[in-house]
Amino acid sequence: MEFIKTPKVENVRLLDRFNVRKPIVGTLYLTATHLIFVDPAGKRETWILHMHIASIEKQPLSTTGSPLVIRCKTFLCVTFIIPRERDCHDIYTSLLKLAHPTDIEELYAFHYTSPDDMPKHQGWNFFSLESEYLRMGVPNAHWALTQMNKDYEICDTYPKYLYVPSGVSTPVLIASARFRSRGRLPVLCYLHNTNQAAICRCSQPLAGFKARCEEDEKMLHAILKANPKSEFMYVVDTRPKINAMANRAAGKGYESEVFYSDIKFQFCGIENIHVMRSSLQKLVEVSELKNPSMSAFLTGLETSGWQKHIRAIMETAVFIANAVEDGISVLVHCSDGWDRTAQTCSLASIFLDPYYRTLHGFQALIEKEWLSFGHKFTDRCRFLESIEAKEESPVFTQFIECVWQLMQQFPCAFQFNERFLLTIHDHVYSCQFGTFIGNCEKDRLDLRLSERTYSLWGHMLNHTSEYINPMFKKDYELTNPVLRPNCNPQVFRFWKSMYNRFDNGVHPRENIGDILSAMTDHSTSLEDHVILLEKRVKSLLKLLGKSEDTLKSKLQGLVSSESLYMLCELTKGLSPLSGDGGHAAANSAQTASPQNSKTVNNTSIDGSAVGGDNSVRDNEVRRSDSESGFEDGGSQMSKSGMELEGIEEVDSLQDSPVISQSNSLDNLMLEQLELEMESVAVDWKTLRNIKQCSCAAPFEHYTKKHHCWKCGNVFCQRCIGRHIPLPGHYAQRPVPVCKSCYKEVKHSPSVNSFQSIQTLSPNTPTAPV
Amino acid sequence: MEFAEFIKVPKLDGVVLRLPFKEPVEGTLCITGHHLFLSSRKTMKEELWLEHSAVDAVEKKLSNQNGGTLTLKCKNFMIVELDVPTAEDCLQIAHSVESLSNIHNLSLKYPFFYRANFEMLEDGWTAFMPESEFNKVGSSDQWRISYVNNHFEVCPSYSYAVIVPKSIDDETIAKAASFRHHNRFPVLSYYHKENGRAIIRSSQPLVGPNMRRCKEDEQLLNATLNRGKGYIVDTRIQSSAKMAQAKGGGFEPEQHYHQWKRIHQPVERQKYFHEALIKFVEACMDFGSSTEKWLSRLESSGWLNNIKEVLTCACVVAQCVDKDDATVLVHGSEGMDTTLQVTALAQLILDHDCRTIRGFEALIEREWLQSGHPFADRCAKSAFAMTKQRNESPVFLLFLDCVWQIWQQFPCSFEFNEDFLLMLFEQAYSSQFGTFLCNNDCERKKYKLASKTVSLWSYVNRPEVLEKYINHLYQPNQSPIWPSVAPQSLEVWQGLYLRWKIDRSGHQDAWKEIFKVREKNKELKLKANRLRRQMVLLQKEAIEAELLQPCAPNIMEVEDEDTGLSAGDS
Repeated sequence: MEFIKTPKVENVRLLDRFNVRKPIVGTLYLTATHLIFVDPAGKRETWILHMHIASIEKQPLSTTGSPLVIRCKTFLCVTFIIPRERDCHDIYTSLLKLAHPTDIEELYAFHYTSPDDMPKHQGWNFFSLESEYLRMGVPNAHWALTQMNKDYEICDTYPKYLYVPSGVSTPVLIASARFRSRGRLPVLCYLHNTNQAAICRCSQPLAGFKARCEEDEKMLHAILKANPKSEFMYVVDTRPKINAMANRAAGKGYESEVFYSDIKFQFCGIENIHVMRSSLQKLVEVSELKNPSMSAFLTGLETSGWQKHIRAIMETAVFIANAVEDGISVLVHCSDGWDRTAQTCSLASIFLDPYYRTLHGFQALIEKEWLSFGHKFTDRCRFLESIEAKEESPVFTQFIECVWQLMQQFPCAFQFNERFLLTIHDHVYSCQFGTFIGNCEKDRLDLRLSERTYSLWGHMLNHTSEYINPMFKKDYELTNPVLRPNCNPQVFRFWKSMYNRFDNGVHPRENIGDILSAMTDHSTSLEDHVILLEKRVKSLLKLLGKSEDTLKSKLQGLVSSESLYMLCELTKGLSPLSGDGGHAAANSAQTASPQNSKTVNNTSIDGSAVGGDNSVRDNEVRRSDSESGFEDGGSQMSKSGMELEGIEEVDSLQDSPVISQSNSLDNLMLEQLELEMESVAVDWKTLRNIKQCSCAAPFEHYTKKHHCWKCGNVFCQRCIGRHIPLPGHYAQRPVPVCKSCYKEVKHSPSVNSFQSIQTLSPNTPTAPV
Repeated sequence: MEFAEFIKVPKLDGVVLRLPFKEPVEGTLCITGHHLFLSSRKTMKEELWLEHSAVDAVEKKLSNQNGGTLTLKCKNFMIVELDVPTAEDCLQIAHSVESLSNIHNLSLKYPFFYRANFEMLEDGWTAFMPESEFNKVGSSDQWRISYVNNHFEVCPSYSYAVIVPKSIDDETIAKAASFRHHNRFPVLSYYHKENGRAIIRSSQPLVGPNMRRCKEDEQLLNATLNRGKGYIVDTRIQSSAKMAQAKGGGFEPEQHYHQWKRIHQPVERQKYFHEALIKFVEACMDFGSSTEKWLSRLESSGWLNNIKEVLTCACVVAQCVDKDDATVLVHGSEGMDTTLQVTALAQLILDHDCRTIRGFEALIEREWLQSGHPFADRCAKSAFAMTKQRNESPVFLLFLDCVWQIWQQFPCSFEFNEDFLLMLFEQAYSSQFGTFLCNNDCERKKYKLASKTVSLWSYVNRPEVLEKYINHLYQPNQSPIWPSVAPQSLEVWQGLYLRWKIDRSGHQDAWKEIFKVREKNKELKLKANRLRRQMVLLQKEAIEAELLQPCAPNIMEVEDEDTGLSAGDS
């Protein structure tokens, strides 16, 4: 890269806020995409993506070197002390260039390649606006799709497909668009599935002090009429009244109840992007205070106004959702209708519709309300150097925080967890994926992002299990279809996992979410393992010559209680006897076969019948398993989520070993059984007091800790090498294992290789091992 | 009964009850000596069952047409509203409840009338005797149990038995006691098995302006050191310790206690806690306020700051013991409020035993009840009452809040859940049990509480009750747990202060889900282990019966060659 003058600086000291006295000494590397600090002693690596850098500050030279303070959009703040002023300056100037590319084509997404062989198209086709509206039952008698904006001629920041009241003529639509700021005419964004109340969005009208537009009035009337049972509708202006008034002087403003009959007008008092930007600035200052007193922290929190703004957004969304629930349609706008409107419409949709509280639904919501309707991500997140500082604003961050606040009030209502929100937040800024590049749908099409870059949704699909909320209750949408959040100031919490994410000290030392997620994964592994064990026990019993009936009763006993264990104890006691008497028939049959083959004849005699029976029993076992109260939303979800992509592949994987296993049950070998037992960890290492991975990389509060499903130890993302099916699992689904276990499983003789040996050399005697 | 004179209206129809989160109910109000209850004709069940002692303040609002409204503000911060048909009745009821909730005659209190309606498995009064607690310290040759206070003559606010250094005889102790405020001489609070260090607590020494010294006190303290170093953690700022000296109290001067290093780790004086709580609860209750107003009132109440200070001090003490390998003496002035908060919390940090249900009960017995925290004085009133006396102080509540702060930072290290802490809070302020009555063991003995009332622990320590208080995420954690005291880490305990203002059902659901996840995991682990054991047994049997061979045998019939081959390729 032409910008990098000094790719590597030694003896750099890293100061973090809580460790001012004991700085870490290491090497700073500057690459084309990251600034990396490596601490050789602690094995700690700090990776800073250039795109995440919000500001770089060169502080006055000190005795130890030149301090460079880097603040990130992910709320990481670090200070590097670089021994030589020259190096510091080089890094500084390079970073200034690298952090703010001048051309959109220089963004990370355009040269990023996915390390995990993800196809580039994955994720780009997950969502379409049309299918999302179909889900809401649109088009229908009252709402129609218009092709008017097919070429983005009416409104270039809107999506191609617009949904409007069905009777409205094209001239009315065009006139209405002309009467609205930037042509953003009123269109449907959410339709309540039972009461026909709608949320529509638009920008402010160009009303000035007395201008009116009859077509626009007709348009609003048509929206009201699309909800036949309702007498009036709300027009929610999310701005404080004073701001809206000021806009009137500029020929914009708000709807007059005089001209628009049947509307009730409501101001909501959410401040503009500039206020929000400086509020976040103050919040960051508070979170960066060194050893603050309680009083300084609370006063800082208060003066930042951040929680006040979050609350205003929530209250507005509650107002919209309540109206819709009462069967009243709402038209929402702010100034341009792409910031506050996006926040409040999407939040209200989450309150109203459980679908948006699922992984997939939340992504669909972002696709619709934020991406399609033209939230200016490139401008608000300031991806490019050319964007003015006054365009930047944490509008999306606020939305994400509102969802987090909701999760605090309704911990069982969301399928996804905090990590999901943080991942989306970080990747909005990272520009690693094309998803959020550009300011509107047209931009993304023009840039051909779906061909040239990866989709964040595709990437996240490969990590679905990390984003599942283990407390999610599947039936929550039935018991609580609508969320009614409490919006009193006492309820709002400071989101330390966002704004103090990198300060390990301030977080709960035991993370309930992580512990439960690990438990859920562990249960999934054990469930699968138990099915296999049950089959093995069954075939061993059969091998020992138990009759079909006793087998059945024993198996039933096994599923319900410990009775089988008792039986086993009994048989164990009786084994010398049964060896002589009980198995006489089998033994005599065997003596006839050469080479002392241990194939049991009594099973092969009724082989086909047993085979048929087996499959029936399998189903029984499985069914009884799922009926015994073990059903769990989380694990089911994670399975279905993970298998979305490769259902067929997994199925075929599942089938072959199952068939071969069930047919060759009688050919069991000790080695194989032992292998199966060894390959699944019954106990997983607890996450408590685990400070580092076996590779010595320290675990931070926010890093996901992975369990190896084979050995049960805890590893970092990098050490949890690949997914592979384990011999001890019945379903043969590829599961995460650590590097050494991966090698072990890969090179161990599998069930099938046993068979192939058997098949190839049917008559060769083999020595016992 | 003496109560009769207070009960002007024992029964009244047509009273409308308004409770948090519930629809208003009309019913019949009844007032008895200890309770107020309302039963609805419609549902035929009691909608309200309130002990008079749970009421902190009574407010009445009369209106000309519709009688009046009675607001009962409870000590657990619940607000009960009653619409009474006539103004006269309203006044009468208000008067009755006010009188009955302020009965000072101990023997008239409800615990003396309450009879256990459950089967007692163990008597809570004898469950945590000093002797059995001393046994837990282990057969240390450094400490002994002393009965110098057997008749509460040496120190009235201590228990009849205390733990003191083995090398110090009772006579020396009695002399040393006279040198300490309220005679609260240095006793063992916690013995750290890992390194043999200890936490000692006492009240301030009566050094006074004339710099008195007491050889016995020095001797007693030095005997606790066992050739190690010692810290004195004074919970007051140095200036107020100096002021106390002018009034006859003071702190240990270095020249006489040269083996000790003194640290002032200030905690707000207990008498200001009450004011902080009143302001804090007022802010919590005011739901109409703006965000700025809420945050500024939260800040100015100082409640969270008190928590930060107490926790910080406890961490310092625990660190001195665990990290610095030192013995620590903790005291403030009287040594029965902040001192106990600090020593109890330090133990919670250091000793995993205190984080079990039984261990926590023992901790409350040891550090609060037996060491003479004046519950009767401190918990007489809560945040709503207007009192002129200055004895009330939410010292114990602040302690529970600190426990909760640690609990939410280490949600898997405690055997009990949030409900257990809530229960203890409510019980300390109003109870049918005798446990939190009186100010110290001396008084408890005088009023024969052990024979005349039921102990809270008798009630709690039964499986059907304990079940409610189990934390389903508990995994015993042997190591010390160091909480964060950063302002970002300390939060408003919504489950307690906002319990009657915001719906917590979402959180209850969450804990149910947590329970399910854990149960499923546990069951599957059991099942897998059981099956594995069976496998081993069956394998053994099969090998013995020569039906299974640990090597690849010859197969006469391969049932499906294709599958075997194709799968084998992979």
